[in-house]
Amino acid sequence: MKMIKNIALAAAAVAAFAVGANAAGAAKHPEKVDWQFEGVFGTFDVESAQRGWQVYREVCSACHGLKYFRFRNLDKLGYDEDMIKAFAAEYTVAGEPDDFGDPTERNALPQDAFPNPFPNDNAARASNGGALPPDLSLITKARHDGANYLYSLMTGYEEAPIGVDIPAGKSYNPYFKGGQISMASPLSEGIIEYEDGTAATQEQMAKDVVNFLMYVAEPSLQDRHSLGLNVFLFLLVLTIILYFSMKKIWKPIKAGKNVYEDE
Amino acid sequence: MALSEVKPNNKVLAWVEERLPILTVANSVMGPGTPTPRNLNYWWNFGSLAALCLIIQLVSGIVLAMHYTPHTGMAFDSVERIMRDVNYGWLIRYMHANGASFFFIAVYTHIFRGFYYGSYKAPREVLWMLGVVIFLLMMATAFMGYVLPWGQMSFWGATVITNLFSAIPGVGESIVTLLWGGFSVDNPTLNRFFSLHYLLPFVIAGVVVLHIWAKKISDSGNPLGVEVKSNADQIPFHPYYTVKDAFGVGVFLMVFAYFVFFAPNALGHPDNYIPAEPLVTPDSIVPEWYFLPFYAILRSITFDLGIPGTDIVFIDAKLLGVLAMFASILVWLALPWLDTSKVRSAKFRPTYRIFFWFLVADMLLLTVVGGKKPEGIWPMLGLAGTIYYFAHFLVILPLLGKKEKTLPLPESIISAVKKSA
Ligand code: HEC
Repeated sequence: MKMIKNIALAAAAVAAFAVGANAAGAAKHPEKVDWQFEGVFGTFDVESAQRGWQVYREVCSACHGLKYFRFRNLDKLGYDEDMIKAFAAEYTVAGEPDDFGDPTERNALPQDAFPNPFPNDNAARASNGGALPPDLSLITKARHDGANYLYSLMTGYEEAPIGVDIPAGKSYNPYFKGGQISMASPLSEGIIEYEDGTAATQEQMAKDVVNFLMYVAEPSLQDRHSLGLNVFLFLLVLTIILYFSMKKIWKPIKAGKNVYEDE
Repeated sequence: MALSEVKPNNKVLAWVEERLPILTVANSVMGPGTPTPRNLNYWWNFGSLAALCLIIQLVSGIVLAMHYTPHTGMAFDSVERIMRDVNYGWLIRYMHANGASFFFIAVYTHIFRGFYYGSYKAPREVLWMLGVVIFLLMMATAFMGYVLPWGQMSFWGATVITNLFSAIPGVGESIVTLLWGGFSVDNPTLNRFFSLHYLLPFVIAGVVVLHIWAKKISDSGNPLGVEVKSNADQIPFHPYYTVKDAFGVGVFLMVFAYFVFFAPNALGHPDNYIPAEPLVTPDSIVPEWYFLPFYAILRSITFDLGIPGTDIVFIDAKLLGVLAMFASILVWLALPWLDTSKVRSAKFRPTYRIFFWFLVADMLLLTVVGGKKPEGIWPMLGLAGTIYYFAHFLVILPLLGKKEKTLPLPESIISAVKKSA
């Protein structure tokens, strides 16, 4: 009984702590979306991520880099080697200096990282009204509740409330900390035409690009989940065996046996 | 302390054993030749769990170090390389990052077990103090480890914490320069932190050996807090506690695996996935959860210590905060003498038991406060929590030991065990 009371006390305290630790920041709380990659059985929604890759290429890549993502990483999104080579070849990257020492360019190869749209941060700032578009390779992990946050950010642009002045070059977005973001709403209905014919609504594109960016940030997620289930099952069986071994070994002790004298 | 000699039948083993009695020592520490109180409960599992965590951290850490680059321009990239390109690198890194948290969970539980059952009392004072030393070393190690990925929290955490030392009068600035290896947190800082982060775990392992040695001398305590009186009070460590510890390991690893595989970033801060940027201060700089109570104590002191109504200041707020933070852990060293009660276990100290749970609640409150921005009600709560924290150790415990009506102690372990069965 006492034990139960103590455990309840501890649980309540931990819950209070978790609530306290999460409630940070003044921005609007992100909308909750059901993601296929969530949960212990979570897997990537490959079709959605493929569409998201299209959204990224055709929209976001104008401003955002993806420096930890290599073209060859597309393999787990259902693309074969030739397709990956073809994707890569659409981009140019810096090559080795030529025989005269002059800089060269070459088509990207599967092992290359996705090239940044700007040569450096200053150039990126100059074209974006002074704001730096962050690299998106890790963005879903670099924000609280990343996936929901990104989705809400993409779909959350609205008229600024009366009395809030939005300077030129900024837009009002209640999900962004401070409410004023230097990125104009990047996704508007029909801005792209999906290769698979899906209707390109704002919600659809936002969802797809988040699925893609989640894959980019955490490519091991699916392996992690499936290995995790195996490890967990193994540990469960092991622990059950250990539990019954313990009960059996301890039985005489519980019955009051004196190991050193009773024989 | 008698060692239980092992005489192996195997000739080679016997030859070695004669010259280096390693089996004898093992047998006397956790083998069949180690008499142990028969009534240890599950709270006694956390010592072996902490040892397990140390091993997990050492092994995963050594592998990580093979792939990590301690350079401000490459550290973050090298960690991402581990996550993406090293075979099972993500597993090793997530084990290491969560392993630190679980190490602290195990050690905090172990420490509070000690508080509850009076494990620090004679003759176990040195055993206890060595434990406090281990905890301090763990804190230093964890802090420096958190800096290595060179994310935003790494950099700003390092800046805030190293700056604390500048509060020390006279030598403060020099200490900070020495920690930094220059005039700000930069590449030399990262390099020395990496070096020390690799070194300290082995120092911890050394102190753990002393800790276990001291335990061997004084023998394990037990939930009743009465000394072992006869053979009937004891059972051999192996197989009884080896199997019980193994079961505990199974349960602990399941919880650990849940975090590593299904919520690997739940205990981390998202800002540490943003590369360090010395020109951009994050919204709020929060340490890892296991530092929060002490961080709250540090920040709750916002006033100078001096003569009120005059300009005379003995200790300014910054230094006072730093002193309070260090004192909040160092006070544990004096615990064996601050607690004046003759009775060890809270089982027989009804009033102490209540204060124990108050202390737990206070620590949790300070944990929450440490994670908040110092605005609104939080600084007040932090100060109240801090005052109560010190009052617990410096006022309540010394008085309570003298005043408290304790319950009658059982005659022996075996008699109590038989009665409750
Ligand atoms: C015209 C350039 C441009 C395009 C196109 C663009 N962005 Fe941005 N993005 C920016 C800029 C500039 C910022 C920095 C905003 C700021 O800090 O106020 C930004 C910031 C962001 C952020 C970070 C918000 C935060 O919490 O700090 C995310 C996430 C983001 N963009 C996602 C996207 C996605 C996804 C797309 C494609 C659908 C996209 N962006 C397309 C310019 C762009």
